[in-house]
Amino acid sequence: MSDLTRLTLADAREGLAAKTFSAVELTQAHLDAMARAKGLNAYIVETPDKALAMARASDAKIAKGEAGPLEGIPLGIKDLYATEGVQTTAASHILEGFIPPYESTVTSNLWRDGATMLGKLNLDEFAMGSSNETSYFGPVVSPWRRNGSDAKIVPGGSSGGSAAAVAARLCLGATATDTGGSIRQPAAFTGTVGIKPTYGRCSRFGVVAFASSLDQAGPIAKTVRDTAILLRSMAGHDPKDTTSVDAPVPDYEKAVGASIRGKVIGIPKEYRLDGLSAEIASLWDQGVAWLRAAGAEIREISLPHTRHALPAYYIVAPAEASSNLARYDGVRYGLRKTGKDIVDLYELTRAEGFGKEVRRRIMIGTYVLSAGYYDAYYLRAQKIRSLIKRDFDLAYQSGVDAILTPATPSPAFALGEKGSADPVEMYLNDVFTVTVNMAGLPGLVLPGGLSSDGLPLGLQLIGRPFEEESLFSLAQVIEEAAPKIGLPESWWG
Amino acid sequence: MSTHVNSSKLIPGATGEWEVVIGLEIHAQVTSKSKLFSGASTEFGGAPNSHVSLVDAAMPGMLPVINEECVKQAIRTGLGLKAQINLRSVFDRKNYFYPDLPQGYQISQYKYPIVGEGVVLVDLSPTEQISVGIERLHLEQDAGKSLHDLGANDSHVDLNRSGVALMEIVSKPDMRSADEAKAYVTKLRTILRYIGSCDGNMEQGSLRADVNVSVRKPGAPFGTRCEIKNVNSIRFIGQAIDVEARRQIGILEDGGKIDQETRLYDPNKGETRSMRSKEEAHDYRYFPDPDLLPLEFDQAFVDELGAHLPELPDEKKARFVSQYGLSPYDAGVLVLERASADYFEAAAKGRDAKLVANWVINELFGRLNKEGKSIETSPVSAAQIGGIVDLIASNVISGKLAKDLFEIVWTEGGDPAQIVEARGMKQVTDAAAIEATVDEIIAKNPDKVAQAQAKPTMLGWFVGQVMKGTGGKANPQTVNEILKSKLGI
Repeated sequence: MSDLTRLTLADAREGLAAKTFSAVELTQAHLDAMARAKGLNAYIVETPDKALAMARASDAKIAKGEAGPLEGIPLGIKDLYATEGVQTTAASHILEGFIPPYESTVTSNLWRDGATMLGKLNLDEFAMGSSNETSYFGPVVSPWRRNGSDAKIVPGGSSGGSAAAVAARLCLGATATDTGGSIRQPAAFTGTVGIKPTYGRCSRFGVVAFASSLDQAGPIAKTVRDTAILLRSMAGHDPKDTTSVDAPVPDYEKAVGASIRGKVIGIPKEYRLDGLSAEIASLWDQGVAWLRAAGAEIREISLPHTRHALPAYYIVAPAEASSNLARYDGVRYGLRKTGKDIVDLYELTRAEGFGKEVRRRIMIGTYVLSAGYYDAYYLRAQKIRSLIKRDFDLAYQSGVDAILTPATPSPAFALGEKGSADPVEMYLNDVFTVTVNMAGLPGLVLPGGLSSDGLPLGLQLIGRPFEEESLFSLAQVIEEAAPKIGLPESWWG
Repeated sequence: MSTHVNSSKLIPGATGEWEVVIGLEIHAQVTSKSKLFSGASTEFGGAPNSHVSLVDAAMPGMLPVINEECVKQAIRTGLGLKAQINLRSVFDRKNYFYPDLPQGYQISQYKYPIVGEGVVLVDLSPTEQISVGIERLHLEQDAGKSLHDLGANDSHVDLNRSGVALMEIVSKPDMRSADEAKAYVTKLRTILRYIGSCDGNMEQGSLRADVNVSVRKPGAPFGTRCEIKNVNSIRFIGQAIDVEARRQIGILEDGGKIDQETRLYDPNKGETRSMRSKEEAHDYRYFPDPDLLPLEFDQAFVDELGAHLPELPDEKKARFVSQYGLSPYDAGVLVLERASADYFEAAAKGRDAKLVANWVINELFGRLNKEGKSIETSPVSAAQIGGIVDLIASNVISGKLAKDLFEIVWTEGGDPAQIVEARGMKQVTDAAAIEATVDEIIAKNPDKVAQAQAKPTMLGWFVGQVMKGTGGKANPQTVNEILKSKLGI
């Protein structure tokens, strides 16, 4: 049998429906690939028994003609999603060994639709990072390498495990989350497709919180169609999350392949940063050309507050994080280090339980919310946030349907190459993506080509609120027009 | 507001008189089946940690969902306080670390509370009423309970209360004595109980007060205040205010100054103690809770709740005065508890309401207090009280016999009229029967007759003899009249 891990999710769905292969075979193929790919460190926990049990159940349903939309599709789950009975850590020592007695709504939706779980995917600790190097369980290694080099490359972050697992064919699709670019940047770095839907489209219930007003669940997969299929199952209103939106979930897959003729695409001039690499600029121009060729109208737009987005983001997100992470105190679950009194317990537990980047962000967040600084930092950042949102609103009101930008200012970098001296160097990775979270908009990233040294480069499409369908239509056009970069061939075993 | 200085409330000091200024923050537990942001039960007295949801325990990824009933209770209460209802309010996080605070923050309302300014009218005596301004009312989560006495080295945490809804009701600094503060809390509790938004049970912690106290020379600006935390009875509120006011006056008269701080009242020692100074005060890092959208509803929602609000104590009191002709004082006593007012109205129906009020207030309430019973557990029903009053009104029994009858009904129960019939307790109003007894006594006691004729106050002796002779059943007025005419005095 040909390697089932090379199938797209959509192809696998057809194969299962046609009984060309079984769900157990499909799942086993991925479990075998995972066993060979330990060196990538994409999974924190693998759940082969659970995966095969779910696959057997799927085969039974397929046999009875009761298959769900994702029946028998093996997925990897970012370890930020609570999974009942399966360790959930947020890649933090402080939650090592924590086994939730509950399931996140998004993963519940996936299991409801028949998907099977291969395991829990690595990530930056508490989703704080852009390279997957802050994980307590060690960095994830990208399956991609530079031409003629065996230097280990980062898969991006925080959903580095999700992106690497999809790119290395260790699952047919993965859940991810995006607070400032954590779905899109890793997708760009690994030549995969990722969508951060509109804020409120997916439930946050059971997803370990980083920054509640920015966090949003979404899928990473091999193709535009595959992400559309996954998002349909993941999305939906949840009474357990007050910020989730009660609006019907469209059949996103139907938008894949729809005509984009007459769509107005905004090109924000502020994203043409000083010092933007020629490679990235040229990819962006390519993207414009592909969309124009498919009948879209291209229009230059201005999003004047863009340059304030990153600093404002790095106030709002740590502020919320400092509060969200207060519950990890060693009292009820997770790591506990006792001392002479309760304050000692807090300090010892949190000092040992949290990694350096998490501690840094808790401190930044605590600082910007403290008396005397709140107005100068947090309140101003929220005002900037409103202005950023207004920039987008005005663009959309002027008739723009979607916006095209680069996904990242550079291709993936090597492990240890960035951020060790200056964290801002790492934060700059999010410069094109944070605006989308600040405005609560949907953003999709897909590969547009390769860099001169052979690493994937991504393009980002930003849509109107709850118009993910437009993004899928536009992305499909680019996917068809762009050079087929494919996925890397195994060097990892 | 009581901006006037009432000299009777001033506290004498070595340097002259002082005025105490009091504001109260009342934490009232909202009556609801489940907690403010989770479905866990709010029932009191469960086994430790038996009413705890995943949200209450702040498990990773859990999210709060507002309990609509708690919102309705806050609105009802706001309406009862004649307060501004804010159609848009915001939940904030108040961040601090404590083992009984699982989230590491309390969800509260900081800048934008659900209820704004209002007013409570407080009766101090039959003739004195003050109005206490309400600054705001907001919804917030209660914390759990730390238990330090279960193990030698460990503390334990019970999260049953964690996440239970509280209303924090903040008054303006409008009170000028411990009595005013006590009367305010009593009135507030009455209003809450009428509305049914808080059971007001201070023993179980359903109602707790933070008491802000400062002193000043009459007419001077407000002094520096101290906040006495978590006082859990009305009596202790009064004591804490008196003790704290005297402490502050002592410091000021010795040339010292008051430090703004948080203090605790120790009822055993009768003193307040410093808990933490202003410098040690927590920086709570309030910010809007990003897990919750602003709380919004429309005026129609408020109006609907208002339409179903019960008659409140002030309105009921006014109606008792106008409808039943009661004195404002009696009406005020009757409306203190909704159940008492209902009891009175049931008993007063079709009867002499003033007479009923007298019996309810003097006999029934006196007896209930003595026995530590509430109106809900009264052994004497409204119908029984009504029956007793009917017998008095129709001259079947005397007031004195009525008290005996009340005693029988209290201890044995039964229909008052039947008891009177069966036990021959009917008052003798038949003049001929009384005359016979009078004649008999006069005949037997010629010396006393002479004395009485010389000294009319001796009449009392004859009355006593007649009552004795009739088993107390003779109508005292008739006895008097007959005796006077027979003795010629």
